[in-house]
Amino acid sequence: MSNKIKNLTLKIWRQLGPTTKGSFETYKVAEISDEASFLEMLDYLNERLISEGKTAIVFDHDCREGICGTCSLMINGQAHGPQQGGATCQLHMRKFSDGDNIVIEPFRAAAFPIVRDLMVDRSKFDRIIESGGFITAPTGGAPDGNLIAIPKPVSDAAMDSAQCIGCGACVAACPNGAASLFTAAKVAHLNRLPQGQPERFKRVESMVETMDLYFGSCTNHGECQGACPKEISVDVIALLNKDYRKAKFASRKDLAR
Amino acid sequence: MSLTVDLLEQNTVNLNSKIPLGSIEDKWDNYKADMKLVNPGNKRKFKVIVVGTGLAGASAAATLAELGYQVDSFTFHDSPRRAHSIAAQGGINAAKNYQGDGDSVNRLFYDTVKGGDFRSRESNVHRLAQVSVNIIDQMVAQGVPFAREYGGLLDNRSFGGAQVSRTFYARGQTGQQLLLGAYQQLARQIGLGGVRLFNRTEFLDVVTVDGRAAGIVVRDLVTGEIESHAAHAVVLATGGYGNVFFLSTNAMSSNVTAAWRAHRKGALFANPCFTQIHPTCIPQSDEFQSKLTLMSESLRNDGRVWVPNNPNETRPPHEIAESERDYYLERLYPSYGNLAARDVSSRAAKRLVDKGQGIGPLKNGVYLDFSEVITRLGREVVQERYGNLFEMYERIAGENPYEVPMRIYPASHYTMGGLWVDYELQTNIPGLYAAGEANFSDHGANRLGASALMQGLADGYFVLPYTIGNELAPMLGKTIPGVEHPEFKKAEQAAREKYDNYLNIKGSRSPDWFHRELGKIIWGRCGMERDEQGLKQALSDLPALHEEFKTDLNVTGDGTSLNQTLEKAGRVDDFFELGMLMCRDALERRESCGTHFRTEHQTDDGEAKRDDQNYCHVSAWQWGGDAMTPNLNIEPLEFEAAHLATRSYK
Ligand SMILES: Cc1cc2nc3c(=O)[nH]c(=O)nc-3n(C[C@H](O)[C@H](O)[C@H](O)COP(=O)(O)OP(=O)(O)OC[C@H]3O[C@@H](n4cnc5c(N)ncnc54)[C@H](O)[C@@H]3O)c2cc1C
Ligand code: SF4
Ligand code: FES
Repeated sequence: MSNKIKNLTLKIWRQLGPTTKGSFETYKVAEISDEASFLEMLDYLNERLISEGKTAIVFDHDCREGICGTCSLMINGQAHGPQQGGATCQLHMRKFSDGDNIVIEPFRAAAFPIVRDLMVDRSKFDRIIESGGFITAPTGGAPDGNLIAIPKPVSDAAMDSAQCIGCGACVAACPNGAASLFTAAKVAHLNRLPQGQPERFKRVESMVETMDLYFGSCTNHGECQGACPKEISVDVIALLNKDYRKAKFASRKDLAR
Repeated sequence: MSLTVDLLEQNTVNLNSKIPLGSIEDKWDNYKADMKLVNPGNKRKFKVIVVGTGLAGASAAATLAELGYQVDSFTFHDSPRRAHSIAAQGGINAAKNYQGDGDSVNRLFYDTVKGGDFRSRESNVHRLAQVSVNIIDQMVAQGVPFAREYGGLLDNRSFGGAQVSRTFYARGQTGQQLLLGAYQQLARQIGLGGVRLFNRTEFLDVVTVDGRAAGIVVRDLVTGEIESHAAHAVVLATGGYGNVFFLSTNAMSSNVTAAWRAHRKGALFANPCFTQIHPTCIPQSDEFQSKLTLMSESLRNDGRVWVPNNPNETRPPHEIAESERDYYLERLYPSYGNLAARDVSSRAAKRLVDKGQGIGPLKNGVYLDFSEVITRLGREVVQERYGNLFEMYERIAGENPYEVPMRIYPASHYTMGGLWVDYELQTNIPGLYAAGEANFSDHGANRLGASALMQGLADGYFVLPYTIGNELAPMLGKTIPGVEHPEFKKAEQAAREKYDNYLNIKGSRSPDWFHRELGKIIWGRCGMERDEQGLKQALSDLPALHEEFKTDLNVTGDGTSLNQTLEKAGRVDDFFELGMLMCRDALERRESCGTHFRTEHQTDDGEAKRDDQNYCHVSAWQWGGDAMTPNLNIEPLEFEAAHLATRSYK
């Protein structure tokens, strides 16, 4: 049954735009139902701000069920908050207690400039996918779907990493602001499948190079895995590195020829 | 003489659905054989705008660019991958007959027409069933990790009461995997320069010059700047309008703005009152609830639905004896029981909750109880079947469904109505197309489970790339109006004024407040059950509330930087006008069909009573200068291949 959580103090990052200086502002929430989601608590606060003639706090969100990857937020220093294996939109207020102080910040990373308040620009992820995160299969002319049998374990493993929602928590949690988990998840999805083989090495090469243009480098801290709402394992990074080394080796051989 | 014929004579627009000649099986082939082509070298001379990057928009944009057209793609999301399609869970239908259980194009066609309660256009549905098989091939080629059998072949399941197993799925994330496939194909084209992407950009208006679509007006959501884009053709793949109810399973930003603004520019809006309510969602828990979460329908395979007999019951469910429970679906529909159709079981739940027999703190749900199956098969089996769903439920509701029955209630889920389109998916405005959930064409008065994903991809991959070519071929060498044309300037100016106005009202209520109040009216009067009196009441309440919106709206912040409150204001404004049209449409359709249940038109045992004599038609509404004065146009529906029959779930 629904209970009220009382006397929350929120310290929320406010910033007008990418180049302006931001700062924390403090807001009190006297009480909120423990059934409310964290984002509903922010909606509620925004309604109040609007009624006081103030500008609402900007934050990204859409599906509110953990699948679109739009929501973000560092909550008390943790990407997507204190709950493991879920996105911010799946966090409920029952995880908090009366009198809590909650610090809410945007995902911070050099590659994710702040758009406004808690909203960041993650479009560099799109650039990585555009550079190679696909299988070239123009519409029409695809062979019958059952032409190639794919062993269930292979398909299941591809699915495990294909689940990435592109939220950027891995980057925000990484001390280097690296995007290895995100990039590796896509590489592991496509490079594991028979359909992905023809472009396997070209894919990994261009994706890694695009990633390196924008993001920090991976030094195996492993923070990303803990922050990932889809619990994607850092093992995919080993696969990425292996394929990347092979790709480099192959292209060096090509050059030598 | 039937009403349809009478109404037909009053049509103000000449509705030509352009159905090709030939038998139903041959129509699409005949169309393709006769259509005009643009030769490969000339395609780059044409610009096509695609608004929306869901399944329909992403697949259309990618394919058109592959063919060589210049494509500009627009989305208000930060990335094309966020479109609402990502949230679809269950699966996608295709008439592959991989299970050898008797499926075929014809059967999928018939099931869809019948499921839609004979209110869709036969020729479009048949084409949908035909191309469904290509979709699966295309998505597999792209690397979509569909579920597989141990032998490595694609797995299927049966879905939504179909008698064959034709649903392909990727765990509970089919929409996600399909959208990522289409998104990646789009991303490849963006990387190659075939598509220019405009993200965080909202479509505000379509511009017509001499009756033809000439381009669009958009707002950059980050800077607030309003600008125009000209093109040879414009595709709206902007999704459905289920959020008119405020609470729905749709993503928060799904809205009707694109379709509505096109409607105000002359595009007809068809069957707006056909909206689907999904029976198994988690009920609202408090006033501040922002959206509802769908629980897979598969739960009804093993869960038993009940409410306490006593409306004043206060005990927890396990203390209520069997004899004091009403397993109402089993009682009312002995042969289908807990598996009665979506609309049937939704209405049954509503009636009990309305009578005060609802359960939970707000008495706004019914129980879905697994204790019987847990006793019969053991907890492990149940966990295997539904483990992830139970976990999801517990995360949201804070109760463990192995021990306490789930609480469920119906919620708005999908909208069958949408922009009127012909066989080519072209609206009545030449050069303007609508695809995916944004159009009305394929699902009639009710959509079958796993058929929306199929339709979105069919439209984008296999229909539009042909039909747009047919329209563009004769335009080769002709110049089109550019963004300096006065019509563009006029539309930009109107858009600027509209948004400035929201900021200048400076009233006392937020856009969300109005949205919530609007939703209550629509849900109450034009939801699962409708009647004349209620609809008339709504048609007097809605304009009054809309007036209040226009004078008491409070939008803080400014128009020259990112302002989510301002974005919301524009969307709610359009929902108001759509809401009025929905109620009007529901009022004028004096029959029950599919999800449209008029209490005055039911059989003795409470089932929908269709009136084929008078209402076997599409109601295509034309903007009449004001939301309360639309003009009705009729497209009669003819059934040659699928014969009119009555649906029964008894
Ligand atoms: C919870 C849930 C589960 C579902 N499960 C299934 C299922 O299992 N099987 C099935 O077949 N169907 C399912 N559906 C239905 C299905 O997901 C949708 O009907 C379908 O995905 C719609 O696709 P679309 O491409 O038409 O639109 P959407 O995916 O909604 O995309 C709309 C696009 O348009 C853009 N847009 C909209 N308006 C504007 C504007 N004004 N300016 C700029 N851009 C704009 C958006 O940014 C977005 O990119 C489900 C729906 C829900 C809610
Ligand atoms: S890998 Fe995990 S944390 Fe990183 S973007 Fe994907 S889902 Fe988010
Ligand atoms: S809002 Fe979609 S994942 Fe959180």
